[in-house]
Amino acid sequence: MLNVEGIHSYYGKAHILNGLSFEVRRGEVVALLGRNGAGKSTTMKSVMQLVRPRTGRVMFQDDDLVGQPAYRVAKSGIGYVPEDRRIFTDLTVMENLEVGRQPKRKDAPDWTIEQLFEIFPNLAERRGNRGKQMSGGEQQMLTIARTLMGNPALLLLDEPSEGIAPVIVEQMAETILKLKAEGLTVMISEQNLHFARSVADRAIIIEGGEKKFDGSFAELEAHPEIRDAYLSV
Amino acid sequence: MAFLFAQFLTGLANASSLFLVASGLSLIFGVTRIVNFAHGSFYMLGAFIGVTLMEILPGHFGFWGSILLTGLAVGVIGAFVEIVVLRPIYRAPELFQLVATFGVILVIQDLALMIWGAEDRLGPRAPGLRGVWRIFGEPVPKYDIVLIAITPFILFALWYLITKTRVGVLVRAATQDREMVGALGVNQAWLFTGVFALGSALAGWGGALQLPKGGADLLMDFNIIGAVFVVVVIGGMGSLPGAFIAAVLISVLNVLGVTYIPQSTLVLMFVVMAIVLIIRPYGLLGREEVAGEHGQVGAPETPIRPYGPTGQAVIAALLLVLAALPLVVDQFVLILMIDMVVFALFAASLHFILGTGGLVSFGHAAFFGGGAYAAALLVFHTGTPMELAFLFAPLAAGLLALGIGWFCIRLTGVYFAMLTLAFSQLVWSLAYQWRAVTRGDDGLVNIWPSDWLSETIPYYYFTLILGIGGILFLRHVIHAPFGYALRAGRDSPRQAEAMGINVKRVQYAAFALAGVMAGLAGGIFVFSKGSVFPTELEIAASFDALIVVFLGGVKTLAGGVVGAGFMTMVEDWLTRLEYWRLLLGLVIIAVVIIAPEGIVGSIRTAWNKYRGTEEEIAK
Ligand SMILES: Nc1ncnc2c1ncn2[C@@H]1O[C@H](COP(=O)(O)OP(=O)(O)OP(=O)(O)O)[C@@H](O)[C@H]1O
Ligand SMILES: [Mg+2]
Repeated sequence: MLNVEGIHSYYGKAHILNGLSFEVRRGEVVALLGRNGAGKSTTMKSVMQLVRPRTGRVMFQDDDLVGQPAYRVAKSGIGYVPEDRRIFTDLTVMENLEVGRQPKRKDAPDWTIEQLFEIFPNLAERRGNRGKQMSGGEQQMLTIARTLMGNPALLLLDEPSEGIAPVIVEQMAETILKLKAEGLTVMISEQNLHFARSVADRAIIIEGGEKKFDGSFAELEAHPEIRDAYLSV
Repeated sequence: MAFLFAQFLTGLANASSLFLVASGLSLIFGVTRIVNFAHGSFYMLGAFIGVTLMEILPGHFGFWGSILLTGLAVGVIGAFVEIVVLRPIYRAPELFQLVATFGVILVIQDLALMIWGAEDRLGPRAPGLRGVWRIFGEPVPKYDIVLIAITPFILFALWYLITKTRVGVLVRAATQDREMVGALGVNQAWLFTGVFALGSALAGWGGALQLPKGGADLLMDFNIIGAVFVVVVIGGMGSLPGAFIAAVLISVLNVLGVTYIPQSTLVLMFVVMAIVLIIRPYGLLGREEVAGEHGQVGAPETPIRPYGPTGQAVIAALLLVLAALPLVVDQFVLILMIDMVVFALFAASLHFILGTGGLVSFGHAAFFGGGAYAAALLVFHTGTPMELAFLFAPLAAGLLALGIGWFCIRLTGVYFAMLTLAFSQLVWSLAYQWRAVTRGDDGLVNIWPSDWLSETIPYYYFTLILGIGGILFLRHVIHAPFGYALRAGRDSPRQAEAMGINVKRVQYAAFALAGVMAGLAGGIFVFSKGSVFPTELEIAASFDALIVVFLGGVKTLAGGVVGAGFMTMVEDWLTRLEYWRLLLGLVIIAVVIIAPEGIVGSIRTAWNKYRGTEEEIAK
């Protein structure tokens, strides 16, 4: 479904992604792992075209995304949840969801506000509240719900477990599995190996903008040296 | 009492247009973060297009239909401007955007002159609303009552659009984080164009609606922009209800002012603004701007270094040439050179506060003209000898800068720009309206230097020593610890504070120093011309300096000086052309889009590329 082929991404003159290639297949949940500064967020931004790869291709359903504006990428069916959440703090919960709303798509599950409120009951209670009045965990739920309003086929979740309480992290894992059951393809970036293993089918490990490992969690367990070299556990 | 009430109603009616224009500006700023200085031009276009349509279309339907169509037409023009001029520069630093919109002002001025001619047009009366109604016995024009009745509907419609519709939700979201809105699948480019078109349309409607009370002329653009800024600043940027309240406040005060203190109508509104800002720095309903909230960062800057031996040799040679100039050229060239040096010093003082201090001052003419006026007033009223009066120019300008800076330094970015502009308008309005002292637009004349300087050649050397001395002094300050502190405050205020630099105080001192230097330039200016007029204090004068700094290049020290030389020469031949504003405007827009580093910056970049030292710049 998503084929990233040898992308090189830069911030100004800083070379961050160094010929990165990987694939995400329809219906799977893939975890993108790596230390702080490994380039996980940059990878997701490069898919979204918030950062333009200078070379390489980002193929999504037979369409090269490189060079397209971010809104086109979103419209083609990729939902993006940034690590810093970026909810609209002056808008209410309902208005935040409205910004994300897009027409339904053939190849992707179709979400209504009611369904999202079932998955995220906290949001239902706070629907009239402004974004800035929400707790960190609630904001995280709101960003995910907001992105789901766009009925994406592929969801990019950047560190969903970051900075939220352990109980909520468990809820988050359940939620991601629910989304998968609905037919969504998901890529999450994570540092929390335990959390990644509980939701993902496959792990991709990057370091310094290069891929170091791509395989199942069982394989990863069989090679503890990889884990020790590239992940801070 | 009845009279007061009638006055109040007139004020409310006047508020209608002002509110429309101000709300458009506020709306555009809220989403695009661009302060559209050309907004007054859209207002003027609205008036001219409105008059033209009303001449063609007869009757009730024609009148109101013309107003409606005018807004739509101006909206289309606004969309065109947004797509062509602003789209390429949304990521550029604020100054570039402001300068680009100034280019638009010039272009529209000349286009309006070409199409409608220089003559003022009187607006037609609204059909069926020609007379007055009596309210408590006082006559109130019918059209005023209609305006008072319409305005709340417009406010409500705008409020509804912004708070209740999907478009409004998207607009508000984009105000906060445009990139995220894009990542959620919204084509923000068209959202921006739409908002810009709507804002322009509102200005156009404002221009058309005021026709029966006024008319259309070529000065409308600058005449309204000061008041609009005041309204937006008082109301709080981005707040529609704030704009409404402020428009009413200003308009009512204005009407009362005309009745009771007719000499000070213009000053009154700035006094109100000052009072509001002391109490609420972000306006009545505005909110504090967090710096950097919108992720606008310019390109990394080349550190400014003192000149090396070669540079110093070049400057010394240049100075020698300037000193020897009277031996070879005639008086005409010397006078042009005096103008150039004066302008260069003025521009350098602006460059100092803008480039080094990072404070985009839009009212720098207040100090130049203020210095000139201070000296001229002393000579004119008390016959003070020139030498003493001359000293007063920088002194008074410095004091003025301390006064204005006290209000402005607290703010940053566009707030700072708008506030400095508003204050310079205050100074201008004093010079313009306080006729007993300043003789208004008759100006102060016969302000000649003492005998020993009365010939051109001595005055040329006098100018050279003080002007170049001032510029070199500014250079020196930039490379002194004070200059480093100033730049630290510009680049990362928080770190600077953490290092123990009192950023605001450093900026305040720099603002005052820039004022002193601008005043010095003004002092040289007034004795070289022998007269001073309120035009030296106009918005256009401040813009001239900004454009010079910009054309030269904000990031290079030589920029202001080179820009001033370029501008003095270009204006010398350009102003001989009939439509020089159009040309200049197009040049400015082109420079913003194509060579945003300015003349000096572009030459240096090209030179560095040529020498392959590009890597070094990146540091
Ligand atoms: N806006 C930026 N400008 C310059 N460099 C950046 C920027 N954002 C990230 N970087 C750099 O790019 C590298 C990769 O950053 P990235 O955010 O992709 O890492 P990450 O794997 O997501 O890390 P984390 O786990 O901390 O979120 C880092 O070295 C970082 O310093
Ligand atoms: Mg990250």
